Amino acid sequence: MPDVITHLTLFVLAAFLGYSIITKIPATLHTPLMSGANAITGITLVGAVVVAGSGSSTLATALGFLAVVMATINVVGGYLVSHFMLEDFHGGGR
Amino acid sequence: MAELFSEAVLRLIYLVAAILFIQGLRDMTHPRTAVRGNLTSAGGMFVAVAATVLWFEILSPAVLVGGLALGGLVGAGLAVKVEMTEMPQLVGVFNGFGGGASALVAGAELIEVQAATFPADMAVAAAASGIIGAVTFTGSMVAAGKLHGVVTGSAIRYTGEQVVKAVLLLTALLAGAYLVVQPDLLASTLQGEFVPAFWVLLAAASVLGVMLVIPIGGADMPVVIALLNAYSGLAAAGTGFVLNNTALIIAGTLVGAAGMILTVIMCESMNRSLANVLFGGFGEEATAEEMDDIYEGNITETSPEELEMLLDTAQRVVIVPGYGMAVAQAQHAVAELAELLDEDGVEVEFGIHPVAGRMPGHMNVLLAEADVPYDMMKELEEINPTFSQTDVVIVTGANDVVNPRANESDGSPISGMPVLNVGEAGTVVVNKRSLSPGFSGIPNPLFAQDNTVMLFGDGKATMQEVVGEYKENR
Repeated sequence: MPDVITHLTLFVLAAFLGYSIITKIPATLHTPLMSGANAITGITLVGAVVVAGSGSSTLATALGFLAVVMATINVVGGYLVSHFMLEDFHGGGR
Repeated sequence: MAELFSEAVLRLIYLVAAILFIQGLRDMTHPRTAVRGNLTSAGGMFVAVAATVLWFEILSPAVLVGGLALGGLVGAGLAVKVEMTEMPQLVGVFNGFGGGASALVAGAELIEVQAATFPADMAVAAAASGIIGAVTFTGSMVAAGKLHGVVTGSAIRYTGEQVVKAVLLLTALLAGAYLVVQPDLLASTLQGEFVPAFWVLLAAASVLGVMLVIPIGGADMPVVIALLNAYSGLAAAGTGFVLNNTALIIAGTLVGAAGMILTVIMCESMNRSLANVLFGGFGEEATAEEMDDIYEGNITETSPEELEMLLDTAQRVVIVPGYGMAVAQAQHAVAELAELLDEDGVEVEFGIHPVAGRMPGHMNVLLAEADVPYDMMKELEEINPTFSQTDVVIVTGANDVVNPRANESDGSPISGMPVLNVGEAGTVVVNKRSLSPGFSGIPNPLFAQDNTVMLFGDGKATMQEVVGEYKENR
């Protein structure tokens, strides 16, 4: 199954890439980093959209709907709180 | 609905989204570019979701639009309303929703796809995503509840704790294993057969999430929040394996890495292993005699007036904030004092311990909100060598992170933990409500040191008094 291998490759490469970028982020920005990274996990919304929008069984559609709501809260809320926090840091304060 | 573009195009759009996420994270390495980075990342999200909505055959647009609108309203509403001191619990809640959504998507996909056509590797990924996602959801809710004071912040321990956790994990894993082997055993299984096992898996993992976080004390939450963040990323990556979606794999893995790195940083800052945080307790109870031994006759009290006089002649002042400052909402008064001192030519810096607060970097955000300039905030390694050239250190609401016993190998719970060596400064002023021990439960010999004076009182009220005194005597 070439797909699994490709996906594993991506997974490992992304892990190394993430490590090298994120270790460079200063402690001061760790809270906004966390909420921003958190918002990125909302990418699961892409999957939720597929399931909710094209679900052929009622149960799948219902689960998909719930997943869309939860993921959207994660995405919208996560990016917004990060934005508000980072604006406070903007220009180094004052 | 006719397809607007081919699947290859959709995949390329996901690649663009992944690049935007990566560039967004890269911009987070400096406060100057961080706002742009966040917007870049949000742009990646918009592109990915919009392309998905357009590409897929939408059978029930009302369901989709309704879900998006409802989630968007709730998320935005919470984000606008939140106080900076409440940020850790809100991030916890959002995190939980992300993990929960991943678990549900994996489950829904299991139900959708015919059992016989569901390959084993996808079933493994779905089981992993379901378990991790459910643990993340309930664990985050408990963590948020603890931080918000809805659930008790103290550690709830009971006998057989580890056994209960092991049984729950085993149950979830067995249900997951059943999902994986089932298609091979019964090739003609109806799709309905998948559902019960997945429900068992979700239920066991959900209870496990609660049981994992309930025994952990509120002060260990920085580690828990960081770890759950890593979990939610891994759950999303797992869902990516199920859905054959590269955007989910890359984005989820990046977040998983971020969470793991922060978890390690938090553990190192406390000189404890992750296992110790998750499964062990922290702290002995300080006995009254031990506290008396150290404190009796050695405590010098001071007043805001006296602190003001100290500050009048000081050339360099370092302020060390702790969670007590956040609880007292004293950050604005503290920031004002720093600003006044700075205006009068005094060198002012903030020394911030990595685990001060309830999530990584929490203190920095509070201070930034109070308009403290970014370059005034110094990390532990940076500020420690400067204490010997500092006239006055003001410790406000911090305790364990300035305890010199950490530097002694006396077998105390904080032995070996890196701390701010404030005792090396000319005068240390400790603003605290009482002599009560901090989270570690041990007394702090710093308070009894010759160059330490105690400024008892509520953080906010006391700091406001100091600011008032200082303004009067300028």
